[in-house]
Amino acid sequence: MGRLMRFELTPRASIAPGMRALAPILAFVTSFLIAGIVIWLLGRSPIAAFDVYVIQPLSDPWSIQELLVKATPLALIAIGLSYCFRANLWNIGAEGQYVVGAVLASWLALRTHGTDAGAWVLPAMIVLGILGGMAWGLIPAFLKTRFGVNEILTSLMLVYVAQLLLDYLVRGPWRDPKGFNFPQSVTFDPSATLPTIAEASRVHYGAVFALVAVIVTALVVGRTLFGYRLKLTGDAPRAARFAGFSAKSTTLAVFAISGGLAGLAGISEVAGQIGQLQPSISPGYGFTAITVAFLGRLNPFGILVAALVVALTFIGGESAQILLKLPLDLTQAFQGILLLCVLSADALVSYRIRIVGRGGGK
Amino acid sequence: MTTFEAILLTIVTASTPLLIAALGELVTERSGVLNLGVEGMMAMGAACSFAAAVTFDSTLLGVGAGILAGTAMATIFALVVLGFAANQVGSGLALTILGLGLSGLIGAPFVGARRNPVEAISIPGLSDLPVIGRLFFEQDLFVYSSILLTIAVAFYLGRTRAGLVVRSIGENHTSAHGLGLPVLRTRFLAILFGGACAGLAGAYLALVYTRFWSPGMTAGRGWIALALVVFAAWRPGWILVGAYIFGAATVLQLHAQAAQFGVPSQLLSAVPYLATILALLLLSLRHGRAIGAPGSLGTPFVPDR
Repeated sequence: MGRLMRFELTPRASIAPGMRALAPILAFVTSFLIAGIVIWLLGRSPIAAFDVYVIQPLSDPWSIQELLVKATPLALIAIGLSYCFRANLWNIGAEGQYVVGAVLASWLALRTHGTDAGAWVLPAMIVLGILGGMAWGLIPAFLKTRFGVNEILTSLMLVYVAQLLLDYLVRGPWRDPKGFNFPQSVTFDPSATLPTIAEASRVHYGAVFALVAVIVTALVVGRTLFGYRLKLTGDAPRAARFAGFSAKSTTLAVFAISGGLAGLAGISEVAGQIGQLQPSISPGYGFTAITVAFLGRLNPFGILVAALVVALTFIGGESAQILLKLPLDLTQAFQGILLLCVLSADALVSYRIRIVGRGGGK
Repeated sequence: MTTFEAILLTIVTASTPLLIAALGELVTERSGVLNLGVEGMMAMGAACSFAAAVTFDSTLLGVGAGILAGTAMATIFALVVLGFAANQVGSGLALTILGLGLSGLIGAPFVGARRNPVEAISIPGLSDLPVIGRLFFEQDLFVYSSILLTIAVAFYLGRTRAGLVVRSIGENHTSAHGLGLPVLRTRFLAILFGGACAGLAGAYLALVYTRFWSPGMTAGRGWIALALVVFAAWRPGWILVGAYIFGAATVLQLHAQAAQFGVPSQLLSAVPYLATILALLLLSLRHGRAIGAPGSLGTPFVPDR
């Protein structure tokens, strides 16, 4: 930097469509190379790590199912976040919205536990999950629209509050009395459990919700006035105001959508995958989904692909921990590197980049 | 020492890392760059300082390693947001994710190790004063440094030409560039300063506050430091006030947990986060909007030529 060496960015006259697709791929490859160096610095073989992280999960049918299970919450949350990010609003508290959705829906599951309440329980839980996430997401949105409070900090702070709420419930009032004092709730009844899409499969109906969310979002973004409004609010806020689009209602709408989808992800995970409440119900899906949304370039189908790709790092991370004794933190570090590379690669789309050496440039 | 004095002393300990990290972020933001990676840089500072302090059995080397780690993280951030004009909010978030992950990797071998307390330095004469003596004049070097740093930052930004350059670049980078001021170089240095401070704050957490390493030990302090900058309306003096209010809230909440009032401990643990939201809300209620924010905050600068 400084006088020694720097990048010189020149805006491109038009955006090359090829670059748009190429940039995330380039970012992905670069972050793999960087992660390889980190693993090498840790004194392990990068090639063995690549095998465990990528090749093995993809060559084993069990892992491929697991991939779909992990991609489900990522895709659901990231699709919701894409609404916010398109409008240039920063909901970074999806992790909290996911937790509150799961908590509110679980309340019904625990309330009806052992009462043989019938088939209405599961649909009602899903509605409660969406409402819970939505309500938690609307707090920062309301504080922003009504009082002008920065949404980044409030949405993030509410993650900690949501996690403490869950912790209190599973250690206190909602703890299974027959659970040998373990901090967890009773196991949900079958009527409160999200079924798998096929017998002997691990993939639950959450995957279907994610697919529906992708398709609906593709239609909303590409074919409706609301989609245009989001884009305009994000790209040209002044023009959006002149067009009569209220920034406040846009803010409330996108936070409600992203919160609701995060809540849906939360309850799908708890009712479809875990089957009970416990102190930790997410390995950070809410934060990883931010990476997924950008890796997918905020495009619904792009996000679907990105969710599958990033889910791989979770599965690979788990097996690397067992097989190579590489700590799980490596997965998180990789996700950070990936997001940095994805955002940097955006420069390739909008700018021509030249590296200017010593004394060069002006 | 009475219980009251002990509580006051722990408030100072709890406030100091918030103060140091927020001062660094203040300078970064005054230059027009929003770095949301404070939490990650702080975690790296804590892990690296603790690792170095245990390995070489030296607090000084530990502090050096913490500052270096924070600065290194900030360099990555600067490369991305200045070199590639990348989105600052996303990049800062990515830096936090990266920092939390990497710090876990670096700290893993040191889980369970402990450090001895850092020695307090008493100022002869003054430290014997009743109540305030021990509070103000028998602290460790970090505490004195943090107060000096506040004064230095306030003087630099408010009273020096270089500080004026930083502020004008943060206020309007296009005009500043037109005047021939080095926008990117100034921002690069401001980002590095923010990283160094976050790293130092992390070192303080690991070497003085807890004296051990555990993953995620920063527990949102980096985010609270970011909120403090908003709360202080980008003024150094108010950062000092805000940091001590938050430090007090944290300590009182811990004492309330120990006293067992019958309030769930999780509710008390949530106090610092809820207090942050409340503080931001009250500030907005008084002023309508966040006041004092630099005009170019968060917008990438690509020189037009």
